[in-house]
Amino acid sequence: MSVLVDRETRVICQGFTGRQGTFHCEQAIQYGTCLVGGVTPGRGGTRHLDRPVFDTVREAVKETGAHASLIFVPAAGAADAILEAADAGIRLIVCITEHIPVLDMVRVKTALRSRPETRLIGPNCPGIITPDGCKMGIMPGSIHRRGRIGIVSRSGTLTYVAVHQTTEIGLGQSTCIGIGGDPIHGIGFIDCLALFEADPETEGIVLVGEIGGNDEEKAAAYVRDHVTKPVVAYVAGVTAPPGKRMGHAGAIISGGTGTAAEKYRAFEEAFVSVVHSPSEIGQAMSDRLKRR
Amino acid sequence: MNLHEYQAKEIFSRFGIPVPTGSVARSPVEAVAAAERLGGPVWVVKAQIHAGGRGKAGGVAVCHSPAAVGEVAGKLIGQRLKTHQTGPEGLPVHAVWVEEASEIERELYLSLVVDRARECLSFIASSEGGMEIEAVAATDPEKIATVPLPPDPGVPAYVTRILGGVFRMTPPQLEALSSLLSGLERCMRESDASLIEINPLIVTRGGALCALDAKVNLDDNALGRHAELAALDDPSQRDPAENEAARAGLNYVALEGDIACMVNGAGLAMATMDLIQLKGGQPANFLDVGGDATAARVTEAFRIFRANPRVRSIFVNIFGGIVRCDLIAEGIIAAFKEVAPGVPVIVQLEGTRAEEGRRMFAESRLPIETASGLARAAERAVRAAGGAA
Repeated sequence: MSVLVDRETRVICQGFTGRQGTFHCEQAIQYGTCLVGGVTPGRGGTRHLDRPVFDTVREAVKETGAHASLIFVPAAGAADAILEAADAGIRLIVCITEHIPVLDMVRVKTALRSRPETRLIGPNCPGIITPDGCKMGIMPGSIHRRGRIGIVSRSGTLTYVAVHQTTEIGLGQSTCIGIGGDPIHGIGFIDCLALFEADPETEGIVLVGEIGGNDEEKAAAYVRDHVTKPVVAYVAGVTAPPGKRMGHAGAIISGGTGTAAEKYRAFEEAFVSVVHSPSEIGQAMSDRLKRR
Repeated sequence: MNLHEYQAKEIFSRFGIPVPTGSVARSPVEAVAAAERLGGPVWVVKAQIHAGGRGKAGGVAVCHSPAAVGEVAGKLIGQRLKTHQTGPEGLPVHAVWVEEASEIERELYLSLVVDRARECLSFIASSEGGMEIEAVAATDPEKIATVPLPPDPGVPAYVTRILGGVFRMTPPQLEALSSLLSGLERCMRESDASLIEINPLIVTRGGALCALDAKVNLDDNALGRHAELAALDDPSQRDPAENEAARAGLNYVALEGDIACMVNGAGLAMATMDLIQLKGGQPANFLDVGGDATAARVTEAFRIFRANPRVRSIFVNIFGGIVRCDLIAEGIIAAFKEVAPGVPVIVQLEGTRAEEGRRMFAESRLPIETASGLARAAERAVRAAGGAA
């Protein structure tokens, strides 16, 4: 078991023939992902990476039976690509693209509200991976190992740090989900916590948050009320000054809210184990699991 | 991207949002001419910087003659204005906005924001205008009303009624409010703004509504489709190092400390800053050098560090993923040969081919210290800067 993706997930890629799409699809295929084709408007009927290319997602779905799509379409067209995937009945949309205008994402989220069966991960995220099963994203496959920990994070490299540590300490990962660094995004901490809680393979959950918004506070309340598995949380940005965007569009303390201190306090009040250095994530999780 | 008040007010006018009649001036002569053109008897002169709190800091003056307008403009233009939002160095004033003085009956607060939690646009309103909304939120949260907008363009009548109630407006004022709200909403969507704030929105003695101040933040990610708005950017309002970094494709934010950080990935970059503080040091900056950390980018980062006289050590923290540590090490070594940083450099490598990367540093015989383990590396960087740890 794992969550959202596994060996059986039939994946297409939108923006398949571009530089990013090509590179990361090659890596995904090597990793063993069931990548069945791709979409690039105007390139339909050709082949790329030994897979068929289609003009539209509808055609791709009809011909390949895909139910997941990985999007590398540039920012100006990415919102459109997400909506096209939803229209074609894609169940899991993973959008890697960074720099999508925020009002485009408001429009996308409004449209997705009428499609509860469609899940969006991202944008501006590393994607999702189930080790030895399915890699939909830009994460380095080699650092992962099939195992017991579910990881959910707003940041790319910090996810890799958490992955690396849980691999080194011998725990491994069930599934890792990067939910992205944008203020308006697809599935959030709570959706992922619920999925990991329900997944028999996942024994512990690592949650990596950062400054901006109040998703971590809501996640903390959810853990307190609904999660029985051990959770270790880390929050980046204790030293971030207010009003400054720290790389990610969503990582900004505004109006005095969204500070790391508030988020840590929320986790502590919910009895979540917190660590103040990313280098302690793996050890903290290992300790929590031994105490059970 | 932030706009100046005068730019925001010009945009407001285009969307039918009432603002005081005024003019921008870049010299005392221009300011006097603007005052004479506007006619008196009273004028307000406002320093144009990308920060709030100008009134308390002496950046806003009421004048009773064109000569006085010129005098104030002369004192402000060319100086740096320090407010509680600017940091100790303040921001340079290159222009003032001269406007007719308004007769204020009441001061209100109104903003339109991208509401993260509700994933929509929301109006935020308060009858307590003229002070910082954060202060109102802290003391009188019940005086702030948030009204989310439905997804379709336009402002429904009920939204106007709710906000009219918050503002205690008369029926004729409601009509003016309705038009103002529609203008704001169109301005937000058509300019791809991420925040529009009017503080204060005033009711004049004559009962009219007027945006006495104007703050507009544009979505950087949408500037590509608004060339005319992108042209309004004023780089003088940012730290020069941040501008230089942006040109090199680096994500850089200047901070007050003395330990420069170079990290791949925004989240890990924040985590690195935090770790430095945890070990008793202070970070000099946030810097995301990008996933691939190429030699060109690393070189640019070293240049920026060297130009900062406060920097006493450099902490390079790289997690090698698809881009391997040995390739990144090659880039750092090449950059080091191009721009010797002149202060201790501590490098922490982890992930794909970290061992090979460390060996390359050792073999390079450059004064680069490699540490293994994030915590230990941070300690070394803090100690090298002369701090605790």
